[in-house]
Parts: sequence; structure tokens; C-alpha cells
Amino acid sequence: MIGSLNSRARALLLVLLFALIAAPLVADRYLMSVLILIFYFAYVGQAWNLMMGFAGQLSLGHALYVGLGGYVSALLWLKFGIGPWLGVFAAIAVAAAFGAVIGWLGFRFGIEGVYFALLTIAFAEFTRIGFDHIDYAGAAGGLFLRVEEAGQWWNLRGGTLLFYYLALILAVAALVLTAFLARTRLGYQWLAVREDEEAARAVGIDVFRAKMMAVLISSAMTAVGGVFTAFYNNNLFPSRVFDINRSIEIILAPVVGGLGTVFGPIVGAFILTPLGETLTALTGHFGIDTPGVKAAFYGLALMVIIVLRPSGVWPWLARTLRLTEHRP
Amino acid sequence: MNPSIYLEVVVQGVLTGLVYGLMALGLSVIFGVVRVVNFAHGEFTVVAMYAAFLLFTLAGIDPLIAMVPIAVVFFGIGYALQLALVHRFVGRAEHEQFILLVGLAIIIVNGTLLIFGADARPVRLSYGFDSFLLGPVIVDKVRLYAAAAALAAATALFLFFRFTPTGTAIRACADNLVGAAVVGLDVRKLYALTFGLGLACVGAAGALMETIADAKPELGPVYTLIAFIIVIVGGLGSMTGALVGGVLIGISEALAGLFIAPSMKSMVSFALLILVLVLRPQGIMGRRT
Repeated sequence: MIGSLNSRARALLLVLLFALIAAPLVADRYLMSVLILIFYFAYVGQAWNLMMGFAGQLSLGHALYVGLGGYVSALLWLKFGIGPWLGVFAAIAVAAAFGAVIGWLGFRFGIEGVYFALLTIAFAEFTRIGFDHIDYAGAAGGLFLRVEEAGQWWNLRGGTLLFYYLALILAVAALVLTAFLARTRLGYQWLAVREDEEAARAVGIDVFRAKMMAVLISSAMTAVGGVFTAFYNNNLFPSRVFDINRSIEIILAPVVGGLGTVFGPIVGAFILTPLGETLTALTGHFGIDTPGVKAAFYGLALMVIIVLRPSGVWPWLARTLRLTEHRP
Repeated sequence: MNPSIYLEVVVQGVLTGLVYGLMALGLSVIFGVVRVVNFAHGEFTVVAMYAAFLLFTLAGIDPLIAMVPIAVVFFGIGYALQLALVHRFVGRAEHEQFILLVGLAIIIVNGTLLIFGADARPVRLSYGFDSFLLGPVIVDKVRLYAAAAALAAATALFLFFRFTPTGTAIRACADNLVGAAVVGLDVRKLYALTFGLGLACVGAAGALMETIADAKPELGPVYTLIAFIIVIVGGLGSMTGALVGGVLIGISEALAGLFIAPSMKSMVSFALLILVLVLRPQGIMGRRT
């Protein structure tokens, strides 16, 4: 457990935040799009981190909540003209309902660890194939939103700037929420459940409730990320949004940054996404234009981190730069 | 519809299922002994498919024969992998083992994508379209041969575990690790042997799979999931369970392809997985621990 940030780190964080708020003044379109990706992965990574890093429940099906959030909000917008500011509540409700079913099945019937992870994969894959056959949602052919560069910003129809600030707000909000939750009674219950479920039960913690809360909060947060991607990318394909590789992408940043830490996901996203983008640009520069390079690098990053520094980059970074209050 | 078509589809499902079963057997053996879940299982299967494709295209070797050298090489890969990398993760948190192997899986999928491209790589056997007529039922020759070879390989592994001293020692490690170490068994080496044997299953199954499906990088995660569904349905750690589970999934996929839609067949498998996890988490053939 890492102590809270010291005053030096707080000042550094404020400077960084102002730099990011001011970034659109100097950054070009490409840099902005990379930053948007970083914020997005920091956000969904944080949502996943709440469930795995804090409550210790390994989910490998978080693409399910992204996809459901995206589809629900996009369908409401396309079929009924209901904007995403309202649609996001429907998206949250649907994703949380799925999360509740998965959590209830898993925790009631004692499905743990790898088995629970497989349960989450099974639900995501089941839904992916299902959406491939739902004609109302465009089936395998996908769902498309009309691109409007200078549209109604309140309906998330706009350019890069709009999505930049939205992504930044999401990432910061997720960070603040996690920092808050980590200090609540529920947050401490999660840690207890993660470390030793039997002991947690023995001291009177309602383990089932604690785990359910983790799944509900995590799936609801992830659904908001889904709404964001749907309106940012303007398209949805079941084979892409629900794919198991999307679920794995979500876990990359928190694993590399540091599981169960408040700053892990954002640190991980700031490390991985630029590296991946640089690699794509480099290989493209040398004429190797294959999609596999970036992903293979991510795979290697996962292995290196888990072999050399399984607790992630952030705890080490915080120690080295002395960003946290010293605890004896 | 001719009623014999149902029988044909079931037979086809059983035969494919036996090849699935051999692949899942590898996963089951590794988990049952080393207690590490190999999330790169399907990806290794696809590498074996590419190996069979290369041996056939470059040297004209039938995958039914190539499965032997491929299995031997895969045994070596598994042995080395366990010693060099996986062993230090034995007994560590489940999610750490999992992340290690997911990383490996991602590298393999994208490595094969970089080397072979996204196109399917089929093997065109001279007897590829031949079939036998067993009573009213038409059976594909390749599928029958692949299933027979898979059954032979599984039997060999079964006999090894049952009757050789090394096999008995490995079973001892699975039953009681501390006891095995106390009586002086070299657990490190036995674990490496087990991982090697698990990957040998994968090598053989992959070579056979190449005769009934075409190698493609994206098949890796699909086969990993199929292998997991099979061992969980059959019972993780149970050898006969893996084969029974394989046949069951083979039949259910074939029937789902016939009755619902071929593109929806794996939905049935996932539904089956969810049901088994909830109702009988130890699997059909598994013991409750």
C-alpha cells in the first residue's frame, strides 16, 4: 500500500493538469488524438482496476460493457433521436444489469479466479455473436453515426477538441472517484476481500455485497467509456467492440501502471499508448505496414512487466521520485 | 431433410471433437499438475497448424505423419518454456500467471500475423474429398483419420501416465506436491516434463487440425476458448473428461451449425460453459475438491 501524495507531488499533478488543459493551444490533431486515446485507456483501465485491482475480481470481459454502452447510446440516438447525455443513463443501466447478472451468477455459485474470468469472457463472446445477428442493431455489418465536424456539442457531435476535453474530464473524474472510493468503508472492504475472502467474511464483511458493488460500479463506469467511443469513432461493429482483444487492451494500462493503485491506470496509459503509437509510426516509416507490430509490442510489455515488476510501474516511480509521504 | 443427415452431422461432430479433445487434454494435463492455466493454448495450436502447413507445402509431408516431429518439437518448446519462464510463476497469484501467458498469446498471434499474413493457409491433401460409406452414413476420410490419430495420441499419453515410473511420479506431484517433494522427486523437472507433454498434445492436435481447418492467426484465441470450455465442461484435470468434453462440444457445435446457423455455433458452446460453471463447476467427469 502506498501512502498519499506529498505536497511536491500534488504541485506536480496540478502543473500536469494545467498543461493538459492548455495542450490544445499548441498540440496538433495527431497529438490530440493520441492524448484522447491515453485518457480513454486511463478511464476504462481505472474502471477495470476498481474491480480487479481493489476488489480482486478478475474480469476479462470488460469489452462487453464498452460494447453495450456504445450500442445502447448509439441506437437511442439513431432510432429515437435521444442524445447521448440522456442515453448514457440507459447505457449505464443496461451494462450494470449485465454486470449484476454476471456478478450474481459468479459470486452466488462460488465461481472464483480463473473460472470467474472465463465466465466474463463467455458473456462477452456470447453477446458479440448475438449482436452479429441482431438486424435492428446493424448485425455484423455494423452501426454508423453520421460524422459532423461542427455539430451540436451537447449531443457529442463535434470535432477533436470536444472529445479531447470530454476524455480528459472522464479520466480525471475516474481518478478522483477511485481516490475517494479507496478511502471509504467499501474501499477498505474491497481490499480485505481481495487479500483474504474467508478472513473478510470472518470479521463480518458482507463479501457478496462488496463484490457486487465492485462489479456494478465498474460496469457502469465502463459503459460511459462505451458511449464515448461510439460517438468518437462514429461506428460500431460487434466483431470489434466486443472482441476479447478489446477486453485485454483495457487491462494493459492498469497492469503496467500498477494494479490496485489510484495512479496506476493513468501512468500505464501514458507509457503504453505513446510507445505503441511511436512503434506504429516507426514501422510505417520503414515500410512495414502490418497491424501486428503494435499488438505484439503490447504483449511483450505485459510479459516484461509481470516478470520484472509485477506490482507495476507506479509504485516504483513513486518511490524513486519520492512522490508519496514516507511511511515507516 | 434426409434423416441420415443428423447422424452424419453427429458423427462429424464426434470426429472433430476428438481432435478438440486432444488439444484440451494438453491444457488439462498442464493445469492438473503445474496448476498454471495456459492462456496461450490455442495460439500454440495455431503455430502447430502453420508447422504442418509448412511441412506439407515445402516437403510434401502428410500432416498425419508430420504430427510426430511437430509434437516432439513442441515437447521441447514446452519443456524450455516451463523451465525458463513459467516455473518462477508457479504458486504466484493467478492473475500474474494469467497476464504472463496472455502476453505470450498476444505475441504469438501477432507474430504469426506478421510472418504468414491474415490469409487462411490450407493443406490440400490428395484424399481431401474422399469419404467412406458406413451403412447409411457418409464419413469424411480426413476427419476419420484425424480422429483416429488423436485417439491414438491420447491413448499413448494415458498409458504413459498410468504405467511408466515418470508418469506415476507426475501424478504424485499432482496429488500431493509437498509429499512428492519430501520423497525426493525433482518437481522442477517433472513440471517441465508435464508442460512439455501438454504442448506435445497441442503440437499433435494442431497438425491434425490443419487437415480439417485452415490455419489463420485469428483462430488462436478461438481455440484457447474452445479448449477452456472443453476442460471445464469435462472437468479440469480429468483426462477422460477432456476427451468426453471435446466430443460433447464437437457434437453440440455441429448440431448448432445445422439447426441454428453455422455462425452461431460457438454461442451454444458459451451457453454450455456458463451452465456448467453455474451448475456443476467441477465439470461432468471432475471430482469436487
